[in-house]
Amino acid sequence: MIRLKTPLSVEEILKLNVGSNVLLSGTIFTARDKAHVFLLENDFDKVKDSVIYHCGPIIKGNKAIAAGPTTSSRMNPYTPKLIEKYEVKAIIGKGGMDNSVLEALKGKAVYFSAIGGAAVTYANAISVKGVDKEEFGMPEAIWEFEVKDFPLVVAMGAKGNSLYDEVYQKSEKVFRRLIG
Amino acid sequence: MDLKQQIVDLYRKTATELPEDVFSVLERAKNAEDGGGKEILSKILENSNMAKSNSKPICQDTGIPIFYVKRPPENSEKELREIIDGATVIATDKIPLRPNAVDSLTDKNLGNRPIIHFEESGKLEIDLMLKGGGSENVSAIYKLPDSNLNAGRNLDGVRKTVLDTVFKAQGKGCPPYIVGVAISGSMEEAMHLSKKQLLRKLDDVNSNPDLKEFEETVLGEINELGIGPLGLGGRTTALGVKAAVSPRHPASFFVGISIGCWCMRRQSL
Repeated sequence: MIRLKTPLSVEEILKLNVGSNVLLSGTIFTARDKAHVFLLENDFDKVKDSVIYHCGPIIKGNKAIAAGPTTSSRMNPYTPKLIEKYEVKAIIGKGGMDNSVLEALKGKAVYFSAIGGAAVTYANAISVKGVDKEEFGMPEAIWEFEVKDFPLVVAMGAKGNSLYDEVYQKSEKVFRRLIG
Repeated sequence: MDLKQQIVDLYRKTATELPEDVFSVLERAKNAEDGGGKEILSKILENSNMAKSNSKPICQDTGIPIFYVKRPPENSEKELREIIDGATVIATDKIPLRPNAVDSLTDKNLGNRPIIHFEESGKLEIDLMLKGGGSENVSAIYKLPDSNLNAGRNLDGVRKTVLDTVFKAQGKGCPPYIVGVAISGSMEEAMHLSKKQLLRKLDDVNSNPDLKEFEETVLGEINELGIGPLGLGGRTTALGVKAAVSPRHPASFFVGISIGCWCMRRQSL
């Protein structure tokens, strides 16, 4: 098990291999569809060099009640620009991202898969530090979390490898055979 | 206890307790996996246990609430709709549920807005499904014949559409999936009926022998794809396939495919 703490350095990220389990601690920011548009259209220096979590949490009384990942592919169109603009070091989500993101990660950042649906597990590892753009609504706001031992899998590495590509290619062979 | 409170309790049970049949199939799947898939399924089961014992939502996406209501003539749709809407406001605040209704034009968050399907019946029976957005986004509809898939107007053609849907979904909708399939002559009926299949228990055996065989065959083939838990590879890509048919127009052959995530939240009152 690899333990990482934010801020993450490029050297640390480059050492990670796809398929490895990681426990991440430190500061992360949630951002989904609307927040991505906001971050690209405005300057929001808090997220510079940070970790972005694709998550629309349930928060009550400043406590995270449930906070697992959302589907990352929706953020494909914004992510290469986001990595470039803010030098984001890691993205946490589920389901993987496209080749434009894999390219943008190279030498700069890493994509971690969190476990979709494991919302209580993640919520228990979070303390809420702050929130911006609350007017976007609870799921779409930018929440700042301090996390402890977030269980993650390295799914798309900074060296250009992707666990999703491997799975896709294997499944495509089987799919073609079954379709005949 | 009044009906409104019973519906609040139904919301709580649905959001915080994975149905027993889904839990036990996930447990069997965990034992059949090794490596990363086993690790993920263990964490999923552990999370579900924690959610139940702490009475917290299993997943932060508490979904779109979809009600299937069988009502006796003395309970009007208007009366039941008001009770359900009132219960939704309380449940959203107390459990809490995530406010998941967004105005499609202004993006303003509206809280939660349940979808309610009514049917007249001898007594009041309510099924509630909390349908997550990730799995909804990978659901699909097909019009057969489909020359890209070489899929004709028969169960073999339908089989190909299901495989195509799951192949394209990969890990995006939180596999292992539960797959609802329906053939119909109209688009909305195909989707409605396919989604209703997600209410069936996983051990429910189709009374139609052809559909029973279809469900078993297609489940086996989906699991050959190797997409695995969360799309990171493994033996378990789906937990169940449930199929139904309704009469079609001679010109039309629609296949509705509703994908449910592993966290298939459904309970009954």
